[in-house]
Amino acid sequence: MMGNQRAAFGEVLIEIGHENPDVVVINTDIATSTCANGFAAVFPERSFNVGVAEQNAVTAAAGLSTVGLIPIVSTYAVFATMRACEQVRTSVCYPNLNVKIVASHGGLQVGADGPTHQGIEDMSLMRSLPNMTVIHPSDDVSVKKAVRSMVAMKGPVYLRVCRNDLPTLWDEKDEFVLGKGRVWRESPDDQVTIIAVGFMLSRALQAARELERDGIPARVVEIHTLKPLDEELILACARDTKGIVTAEDHNIIGGLGSAVAEVLAEAGLGTRLVRVGIRDVFAESGPFEELMDKYGLGVADIIAAVKKLV
Amino acid sequence: MLKTELEQMAKLIRRDILEMVHEAGTGHPGGSLSAVELVTALYFAEMNVDPKNPTWADRDRFILSKGHACPVSYAALARKGFFPLEELKTLRKLNSILQGHPDMKKTPGVDMTSGSLGQGLSVGFGMALGAKVTGKAFRVYVLLGDGELQEGSIWESAMAAAKYKLNNLVAIVDCNGLQVDGRCSDVMELEPLADKWRAFNWAVRQIDGHDFDQILAALAWARKQGGPVVILAQTVKGKGVSFMEDAVQWHGLAPNKEELEKALAEIG
Repeated sequence: MMGNQRAAFGEVLIEIGHENPDVVVINTDIATSTCANGFAAVFPERSFNVGVAEQNAVTAAAGLSTVGLIPIVSTYAVFATMRACEQVRTSVCYPNLNVKIVASHGGLQVGADGPTHQGIEDMSLMRSLPNMTVIHPSDDVSVKKAVRSMVAMKGPVYLRVCRNDLPTLWDEKDEFVLGKGRVWRESPDDQVTIIAVGFMLSRALQAARELERDGIPARVVEIHTLKPLDEELILACARDTKGIVTAEDHNIIGGLGSAVAEVLAEAGLGTRLVRVGIRDVFAESGPFEELMDKYGLGVADIIAAVKKLV
Repeated sequence: MLKTELEQMAKLIRRDILEMVHEAGTGHPGGSLSAVELVTALYFAEMNVDPKNPTWADRDRFILSKGHACPVSYAALARKGFFPLEELKTLRKLNSILQGHPDMKKTPGVDMTSGSLGQGLSVGFGMALGAKVTGKAFRVYVLLGDGELQEGSIWESAMAAAKYKLNNLVAIVDCNGLQVDGRCSDVMELEPLADKWRAFNWAVRQIDGHDFDQILAALAWARKQGGPVVILAQTVKGKGVSFMEDAVQWHGLAPNKEELEKALAEIG
């Protein structure tokens, strides 16, 4: 079954709007694209479109939060984290304000719009800001859970969602805990752990199924919260298996692979690590699945990475 | 507070600014001195604030968008009773509640962290919008520098505040005509400034920013407008100290002992 993270965000936003009168939404002209337009239709008095002006959107959200409201800024990953980066840093993270940023169009998963709209640096940038929580769910169902968790916690949050449809993996009944990874498959014989974030989880699971046929049992772990990171789970995997492969639809610098490398290096366990991610290049336009395959984010790339470790 | 009392308070705040920046050995006296009457009028004649309850939900808000001028805010807050005057001696020192630029989490009475130019008006827009959403009657005052208006984000927020007709938002521009690299007119021309704001659908009033009668009249006028207002206050950078007046080098320079004594003697 397939689902869409943007649509899920739009749906849960309306549910939360009914439950919590403090939630307000700042749009930046692209509400029809981020799917925050549904909230605007139901709650026009709590939805504000500031036009194509992301710096003002983020900083206005900071102001709104100081009067006790819970502002959610809705835009694309590129603009939220780069056009308005310093506003996020100085007016949101430094004073630790209760501002939520939900950014669509993360990664090459964007596809045909090309590199201008493919946010491949966003998680790295947001992870480096003190006080910031960084979340990137893997499907539509977990987006809804993540948005609920985001609104329930105090403090700045960056939540990345994907543009295109992707497989639904989570069940409504599953528990989503911020800062806690989720083990998707494991056995006592696991040789390697694949740690994935976002859309790459479905590719990691497919890789694990193919590896199983080749006689290589692999554990698959989802890290949906890049910060704070579930270090305990990562270290447990490092102890249980021969090596770790990370998989992310993000530049190879500063994202999940880097975060895992930091934990492993400081633990001094000598764990071998192979990172699957965009190899520090700008990509191009194209159908997203083929595009991701071309830029090293394919199932075959994950399998090859695992085989380097066994 | 009577006009004579405001003038006396302004004198005390000028002395506080010079003494604290001298004690710190670092800081921004020029743009602090130019804003003394504006900030004094706000805290001692205009704004509804409670020093005993700095986070009171219904208080009027003040955002020092030109955050480097925080000595003037700190002096006003201390004189208003938000914290003891002795704290002013700790400006910019380790473990101080008085950071080099305003920090809302450290200083009682500071409504917003600032220091990176061009963001205060957006914050003020958000606060004023928040007052409307929550049905509160408080007003929001944002003090901007003239050089700061070169930041594009200022005009993003100007558009937005006019769109939402925020009649609870007052921007005050401390037009001292100088910025770090020289005269604003040389670095990046801002004129015709009043026309720019009018073109963004703001009500504009131009005043002498050192004249309390004009400041108070403008603030009273602001309350009667149907949307956001900007007060363009003509000021002198370094006002009150002859050798600092209209002198660009005093933007970010602390007076030494001799200079401090000379300056204090002039202020009286």
